[in-house]
Amino acid sequence: MIPLITTILAITLRAGTSLVYATIGEIYTENSGILNLGVEGTMLLSAASGFAVAYHSGYLWLGFLVGVIVGGLLGALHAFLSVTMRANQVVSGLSITLFGTGLASFLGQRLGPKENSFNLAGISGPRLIAQPIPVLSNVPILGALFNQDILTYAAYLIVPLAWYFLYKTKNGLNLRAVGENPITAEAMGINVVKTRYLYTIIGGMLIGLGGAHLSLSYTPGWTDNITGGRGWIVIALVIFAMWNPARAVFGAILFGGINAIQFRLQAIGATIPSSFLNMFPYLATILVLVVMTWWETLSKRLGAPAALSVSYMREDK
Amino acid sequence: MRMVIEKRKSVSRKAIYIVPIASFVSALILGSILLLITGVNPITTYAAMIKGAFGSMHALSETLVKATPLMLTGLGVAIAFRMRFWNIGAEGQFVFGGIAGAGIALFFSEIIPSWLVLPMALVGGMLAGALWAGIPAALNAYLGINESLTTLMLNYVAVLFASYLYYGPWRDPLGFGFPGTARFPEEAWLPRIFGRVHFGMIFALIAALILWFILNRTRWGFELKVIGENKTTAKYLGIKISKNIVVALLLSGAISGLGGASEVTGISRRLQAGLAVGHGYTAIIVAWLAQLNPIAVIFVAIMMAALLVGGDQVQITMGLPAAVGLVLQGLILFPMLAGSLFTEYRLKIIRPDTPPSKERESEA
Repeated sequence: MIPLITTILAITLRAGTSLVYATIGEIYTENSGILNLGVEGTMLLSAASGFAVAYHSGYLWLGFLVGVIVGGLLGALHAFLSVTMRANQVVSGLSITLFGTGLASFLGQRLGPKENSFNLAGISGPRLIAQPIPVLSNVPILGALFNQDILTYAAYLIVPLAWYFLYKTKNGLNLRAVGENPITAEAMGINVVKTRYLYTIIGGMLIGLGGAHLSLSYTPGWTDNITGGRGWIVIALVIFAMWNPARAVFGAILFGGINAIQFRLQAIGATIPSSFLNMFPYLATILVLVVMTWWETLSKRLGAPAALSVSYMREDK
Repeated sequence: MRMVIEKRKSVSRKAIYIVPIASFVSALILGSILLLITGVNPITTYAAMIKGAFGSMHALSETLVKATPLMLTGLGVAIAFRMRFWNIGAEGQFVFGGIAGAGIALFFSEIIPSWLVLPMALVGGMLAGALWAGIPAALNAYLGINESLTTLMLNYVAVLFASYLYYGPWRDPLGFGFPGTARFPEEAWLPRIFGRVHFGMIFALIAALILWFILNRTRWGFELKVIGENKTTAKYLGIKISKNIVVALLLSGAISGLGGASEVTGISRRLQAGLAVGHGYTAIIVAWLAQLNPIAVIFVAIMMAALLVGGDQVQITMGLPAAVGLVLQGLILFPMLAGSLFTEYRLKIIRPDTPPSKERESEA
């Protein structure tokens, strides 16, 4: 039993890593008042381009770097459309998902080696492997924490740092002020446009890192639709975490855990309950939204940035 | 010299037409650049796509088949968006409509007169779609819960529920393990017009005309528009906002649900994987490109379907990834989104000799 729990926990953390990065990225973006529904497309394009670059160059780190850059570029595109051009954020984000999904699928059939008729799918390339920490990784159950790849270890640090930055530093305060009330923030001397650009791009980079982690570590290699809807789970997790990076960890573990348990269920041949298991994050998210909104009307607000997805126009004041 | 963006006094009529056309042209140009980079001739690719989408009766039939669900979901989305109710749940409403249609087609043909099976399946699909849109509508209207998030979440619930049914209790026992229900009895098949084009397209055309009339010629349509433009004004005019949101969303979901029911009874004639292929998301783009005009939705849906069918064809004839159609769809949107600014705003160039205004320079 204990080895089984250890395995499930280890898979949970591995599956949760890409979710943690992408969720923290989206939390930062949304806290600045920008809703980015392009997560799914961004993760896919970063996964495809990251894997392609790592495969052709042979450098794993270059693959991750490209994944992060691609994520940042798509974030910049979303910022340009929704901040500068004041486009509808829902439509802009969905367009990025549509475009990213399409382009990833297109490149997946064009960027592969000639021997594989330019297909990126079905070949193996560099992969980030787990680096067990001696002694600690042998501890029952908790050893799972220390039998991970370097990005998972980094996530242990990044989560508290992301929380600290958002709630305990002046920059974090400014960021939240912009998402809460851009007009007041501007009056306080914060540059709303610059802040929203910055955190939409940083958010995109983290989402891209999450995507690259899929094709370079968790499920190494490229397959069409490698994310399997993780980008949408991220949108759900942000709400579930009520826009707080520290709580994102619980959500990511919970949904990474659902993933891990499914592996076990598939191994014993049970497929039916997995649909319901998969439904759980989405239903739980609706429930959180309902309870949270109800609570907010009773007392004070809890999490959602008040100006989320409202474009800001200085000229309209 | 510097530029500022200022609000137009009224919406630019010219921009409404120029922006979509310019977007389409720039998408083709951006697409060519991408094709050239990956070593493909863009002109032959586009020619093959047009031929693949419209070049023969078969091609045209396939384009219209793909356009039908986009038309119905696009119309559903357009009503909701009129009120600025961001219903991104057309996918779920479409799938839930398909589930209900399939359930009635599979299990009611023994119980009710055979002529009634198809109408009931379609009405059932509409009711199911309406329910699936009604939940987030009521949550938004009465509790103020963000609708774009709830509609999005419900998409996945519907899609997963459908897969539970065709992998589980509704799975065809004689299907050799194929994930799908048994084929519907013949009385539940939606008649076809030519090729695989079925009556769903007629429903879409009728729905577009009715909606155009409702939105442009009735008091209710006017109320929805006012709610979308300014909720405060709507309140002063005595418009019941909550009730209107719920009613409009029931209609919105019903149309998408009809799309799902038509799709399962007209094309696959069973519930199976492949019903949820993202029509509901493309629908948002269709409605947006059509500027929420129901008649324009029909034409934009055909154009978007042509890109998909054309993409499939270049895969067959030229060995290019079919995703080329998806990429082009995405590329149309970016200039369109950027350009939508110019219908409500305009660039104003300020010469240096004009006295500096108190406001700081705009980054745009």
